[in-house]
This record gives sequence, C-alpha cells and structure tokens, in this order.
Amino acid sequence: MTQLPAQTERKLGLVIDLDTCVGCHACVISCKGWNTENYGEPLSDKDAYGANPSGTFLNRVHAFEVKPDTGPAQTIHFPKSCLHCEDAPCVTVCPTGASYKRTEDGIVLVNEKDCIGCGLCAWSCPYGARELDQVAGVMKKCTLCVDRIYNENLPEEDREPTCVRTCPANARHFGDFADPDSNVSKLTRERGGMDLMPEQGTKPVNKYLPPRPKDTMEEIDILAPLLAPVASEPKGFLGWLDKALEKL
Amino acid sequence: MHPAPSVILFTVLSGLGFGLLAFLGMGLPDVSGGVAFVFFFLGFALAVGGLISSTFHLGNPKNAMKAFSQWRTSWLSREGCVSVAALILMGIYAAGVIFFDVKLAQIGWIAAALCIGTVFTTSMIYGQLATIPRWNHPLTSAYFLSLSVAGGALLAGQVKAAGVLLLIAGGVQIVTWMSGDKRFAERGHTIETATGLGDIGKVRMFEPPHTGTNYLLHEMVYVVGRKHAQKLRMIALGLMVVLPAALLLIFHAGHMLALVAVLSHLAGVMVSRWLFFAEAEHVVGLYYDKR
Repeated sequence: MTQLPAQTERKLGLVIDLDTCVGCHACVISCKGWNTENYGEPLSDKDAYGANPSGTFLNRVHAFEVKPDTGPAQTIHFPKSCLHCEDAPCVTVCPTGASYKRTEDGIVLVNEKDCIGCGLCAWSCPYGARELDQVAGVMKKCTLCVDRIYNENLPEEDREPTCVRTCPANARHFGDFADPDSNVSKLTRERGGMDLMPEQGTKPVNKYLPPRPKDTMEEIDILAPLLAPVASEPKGFLGWLDKALEKL
Repeated sequence: MHPAPSVILFTVLSGLGFGLLAFLGMGLPDVSGGVAFVFFFLGFALAVGGLISSTFHLGNPKNAMKAFSQWRTSWLSREGCVSVAALILMGIYAAGVIFFDVKLAQIGWIAAALCIGTVFTTSMIYGQLATIPRWNHPLTSAYFLSLSVAGGALLAGQVKAAGVLLLIAGGVQIVTWMSGDKRFAERGHTIETATGLGDIGKVRMFEPPHTGTNYLLHEMVYVVGRKHAQKLRMIALGLMVVLPAALLLIFHAGHMLALVAVLSHLAGVMVSRWLFFAEAEHVVGLYYDKR
C-alpha cells in the first residue's frame, strides 16, 4: 500500500558523522556484499572487469570541498544512502504498491515481487537513493539491513546495519529517532544533526552531523617574538628597485 | 532527464490519440459507418499504441496489471485506471456509431472527458515531481492538455478550431519554456542545501563517488544536446504550431495540405517532447556537480 503511515511506532535510521568519516568506502563495500548475498535480488555489476564498469549500489561516498570565507578549504567525505523519509515521495508515486513504509519501524522497502521497474520512485527521490538494477529490472534501495537488525541467528553485536558495523571510524550510528534518549537522538541534539535538502519537504529520518568547527593553534613558542623578521622594508638594491617601480 | 524514445513516443502518440478520441466522443466530426471506423481506428491505434510503447521502458513488465491498484496516491496508477475506463467507454460509443448508426451521446461525452482526464493524469506523473523543478508546475499539465486538444482537433478535421487551438498551444509552450528556465534557481536548490554544508562556506564537488557511470547519471543527469536547445525550440515551434496553423487558417487546407499539417505537427511535438525530457534537470545532479 503506497499510502504513508500517519506515524510509525519507531523511527529507525542512521546518523552519519561528517566530522569523522574518513572516506574509506568500507561501508560501500560491506553494503554491496551483504545485500548481494541476502535480501532480494543481488546487486548486479555490468562490465565489471571491462572498460566501462557500472553497477548497483545502495550506499555511495561522495567527497566535497568547502571553502570558508577565511582559512583553508576542508575536504568532507559524504556517505549517502536512503534517508527513510517520513514523507517519502518514492512510496506514494509507486503504481503497484511495491514501495512501502513500514508502520512498525518506518523502514522504506521495495517488495520486489510487485515492482514493475518503471523507475518513477527513483525519479521522485531527491537524494539518488534508489537505483534500478540493470540485470534484475527491479528497484533496489537501502533496507536498513532489515535482515540483520532483527536476525536472532546473528550475535547481538552484529544486529545493526552492515555499514554501521563495518565503519572503522565510527562515523555511522544506528538507532530509533522516536526515542528521545536513544544514541541517535542524543547525537542529533548535541551535534546539530541536519536534514539534506530540507526544502524538498521529505522530512528525512537519517541525520547528518556537520563537521566540527576547526580549532586554532595557540601560540606557545616563547622565542617567536625574538625571531620576528627584522627588516620590514627592503633595503639596498631591492629597496631602490621597489622605489623605482613605485614611481613608474 | 534521459529522453527515452519509448516515453517520448508514448506521450506524443497517446496524447494525439486521446485528443482525437475526445473530439470523436463529442460528435466532432459527426460521422458514422465506414468513415467513423477510419477515424476511431486511428484514435484507438494512437492511444493504445502509445500505451503499449510505454511498457517498453519497464524493467519488469510482467507485473503491469498490478499498476491499477494504487490509484489513491499514484498518478501513474491513476493514468492506467482512467485510460482503460476511457478506452472501454469510447469503444462502446464507437461500436454504436460504426455498426448500429446509434449515437449514445451521453456515453460519448463521458468518454471524451475521460480521454482528456487521461492526458491530465499523464501530465501529473511529471508535474508532481518536486525533484524536477522544470516540470513541477501546473504549466506542465497545460502544456500536455493544450497540445493534445490541438492535435486532436487537427486529426478530427476541425480546421478553424485546430488552427486557433494550435496557436494557444504554441503560447502555452513558450510560457512553459520561459518560466521553466528560471524555476530551478527559484526553488533554491543548491549544492549547499544538498549537502547541508553551506554554513561553513562555498561547496564544490571534490571527487565523485565512483569513476564510472551509474543508473542515476544515465537516467537523471542527461546533458547531451542541450547546447542546441534554442535552435531545437525554434524548430519545434515552427513544425508543431506555425506551419500547421498557417496551413489551416491562411490556406484553408484541403486533404493533402492537412496531411502535411498533421505530419509537421507530429514531428514538431516529438522535438518539443524530446526537449521536455532533455532540458529537465533533476536535483540529484547537485550531488554529482552535473545537471
């Protein structure tokens, strides 16, 4: 059913810390691995060893550069996967009911048996979170590892999305945003967690933590004042050249 | 957006077909027997042919029947439902006119309204998408409807009406282009809002997430051929509106000239529809520094 639930009992999602992400792409690889071997159709590749490889991924790491008005530019690694939006446009546009948002935990899923591969849900997503698998012809998206988080066959520490489990920098956190005391709610509150493209009105569940402000090094070199440059004005030939050029 | 030939063919042909059927349903022209058969055959062939070609871009068409189920929220599903209702009712009306010389005028009118409704639902599939600012406006519906009605009048041999409707469609097309050109900027979608990093400073892409291409770039970030957009707009407008309207209104086209007008209009709408897709920029391009 493509009508969105008025509200969900829980709001499971991710917090992604742009301050600590090192851009190693381990989450991309572990996501591809887990989701190729488990839920639904495998994530295919085309021309994987040829000149123009392409493939289906549910999580990709972009990299941006931000230049403040003063100070040096910063590089920010930027993982992007489905944000499991509260007002998910990808759900309501689906003609077959294959796309749905779960009432119990808010996860947005695709029932691949009903998908006709029209691609309209991917068109409606501002974040590029859905990709039509070119071999299977059905829409693929992040499942929040629904086959891990409730899986009692796995050790308890593995019952979280594989991208979160894998991240060596601890830049990804999984939890329930409906619970104000959960780890993800606290992180969002304390670090100013933000929405991507909020003007699209999709109300994303996943939040991004902005990079912390850069600190400045305190002056601790007691000899520094003594080592300041002595000649502020050029003298001799350079001084003459400077004056001559000024006059021109 | 990638201008897939199947979708261009579908929207152009079914738009024309449903436009023609709408006029026939209203009894314009008032035909029966063999002549009616030819008119209705053309209308159904265009409308149904268009609908069938739209299934060519589906990844998994075997589930197509399920697409009638989600009419409560999905414009694509609504299009399926309304188009089938329109075709069934128009089929009943056509059978009466062709085989029994009976005109079920009320059914004809309802079927005509459903035909126009089908074109409206098609337009809303595109018009609803906030992710594509150029399309996300009532003008998208005006563009589809005005072209469908004008083309339908042209095929239905309504010389005067077609001429005037073509000029209206041309006006709508020009306004659609002009306001569409500005809308992405007006909506305020930038790489800064996409990444949320605007508070720190000016954002630019440092590295794409992968060296190759992907489905998103192929489907939604189509930038080929845009440099010729202005020339193509002139070609589209000339073929779609100016030439056929001149033939109808100035030269009062007979059968042969009318055929020229129809073919010219068809070619013009194809160019216009290609531009409709090729010029449409999806906000996901912001994450790839490409639009």
